[in-house]
Amino acid sequence: MFADYSSSELLAIFAMQGFAGLSLFSIFVLMALGLAIIFGQMGVINMAHGEFMILGAYMTYLTSNLFEALMPGLYGAYFIVAMVVAFVSAGALGALVEWAMIRRLYHRPLDTLLATWGLSLILQQCYRSIFGAREVGVSLPDWLMGSVAVTDMIEIPINGLFVMVLTLLIAAGVYYLMYRSNWGGQVRAVVQNRPMAGAVGINTGKVDRMTFALGCGIAGVAGSAFTMIGSTGPTSGQLYIVDTFLVVVFGGAASLLGTIASAFTISQAQSTMEFFLSGSMAKVLTLLVVVGILMLRPQGLFSLKIRR
Amino acid sequence: MLNVSDYSVAYGQSRVINGMNLDLGKNEIVAILGRNGMGKTTLMKSLIGMIPSSGGSARLDSTELVGLKSYQRVAAGVGFVPQGRMIFSTMTVEENIRTGLTSTGSSTIPEHLYTLFPVLREMKSRRGGNLSGGQQQQLAIARALASNPKLLLLDEPTEGIQPSIIREMARTLRRIRDEHGLSILVSEQVLSFALDVADRILVIEKGNIVHDVPAAEADESTITRYLSV
Repeated sequence: MFADYSSSELLAIFAMQGFAGLSLFSIFVLMALGLAIIFGQMGVINMAHGEFMILGAYMTYLTSNLFEALMPGLYGAYFIVAMVVAFVSAGALGALVEWAMIRRLYHRPLDTLLATWGLSLILQQCYRSIFGAREVGVSLPDWLMGSVAVTDMIEIPINGLFVMVLTLLIAAGVYYLMYRSNWGGQVRAVVQNRPMAGAVGINTGKVDRMTFALGCGIAGVAGSAFTMIGSTGPTSGQLYIVDTFLVVVFGGAASLLGTIASAFTISQAQSTMEFFLSGSMAKVLTLLVVVGILMLRPQGLFSLKIRR
Repeated sequence: MLNVSDYSVAYGQSRVINGMNLDLGKNEIVAILGRNGMGKTTLMKSLIGMIPSSGGSARLDSTELVGLKSYQRVAAGVGFVPQGRMIFSTMTVEENIRTGLTSTGSSTIPEHLYTLFPVLREMKSRRGGNLSGGQQQQLAIARALASNPKLLLLDEPTEGIQPSIIREMARTLRRIRDEHGLSILVSEQVLSFALDVADRILVIEKGNIVHDVPAAEADESTITRYLSV
């Protein structure tokens, strides 16, 4: 399949598909970070994670419309505001959902799957009723338009670069929060042994709620980033939830570094192969490889060496 | 200090602790002895709030513990070292101790904990799960002491620990009591350890205290009879 291209063309194709893959990588990482916290740390199978992402995307859409209508002069800054709005609204909804539903299900992990799947259907219908079934898109501010020409043949889109830098910053922030702060220590203690964490003085209910809200909030930011590479519809989140679970499981459920490494591998493999094969063949091949590796390493790419 | 009166704990319909009365003085170390299944662990877990009690009251000084959540009991001054130690195995030694600081609001580990258990300072960046049993026991005690408890509950602290360390542990517990002025309630199956560490010995049988003597006057053969199967 490479025969039709010269070697310099191939290099350019790989570079550009690689960068296109980086946008996908960013969405995967942000989605998977949230899910790694909720699924990897708390053990809750959150099927509605995609809908939290889409909530962030709709919030970004609303913010951009608001800026366009009220202060067109500041339109360039809307994206920053939109990310904050997306984080706060998805986080707040997450906290509400945890309080109303998830906290009753911690000892029944499989039931969280059904309950959150139901939640995802409810949210999809809400979006359809509020925003309509048609997909909506946002227009990018000028400074995110265009691309950097590295050579004659290789061009890198600026918005992709921006999203990637943002993703890495957020990933570093999450790492700091989980592994360097006292709060992160409490989260990990609760996750490992909820009754014992209570018995050393940690308010486990509060920690659970904050953790779930954080995971959902990050999904909201992923939604903000998502508006840059696709248009938002009520069911857009569905396309990402399976991939995201794949990323988390492949990376090793409790490892943030593993999550990032596996998001990179899967998004790059998919993006590069999509150019040469059809999209679904690319997906099939990726899945086959992931399944193969998981059979050899069921604990995922990265796992802690510890006496259990 | 700790006054437990008419205290009951049940799993569903089966009552494990049945109208128990128990008093613990300030600075006192009390050992509860009993065979397997007599309710030692159930009593300990219910005092820290891991399992609910079904009747009676448990007061720490003037605070009623019944009805409080675990973390509120810790804030009220109860420290807990569970059976099997239950270290957070993927977290480092230092992080483990830090979890105990939550209720104090402080973020620096008190120096005296490392003075008490120097080995924890050496191991502070090792993962808790990779320590030996004896080291984990020290870590579990340090974690409980980090919350500055008035009352320390230890559930079978000698389980799975080698004999030489058991004697050392009895000395350490007495030292903690002398230095911090707290009360200790320890459940045990090993009589020699209980005699080493405690001021008073209780024997629990079918969820009730059936024997109560000062350790100095304890008659080994009488107690052994309670413990033999």
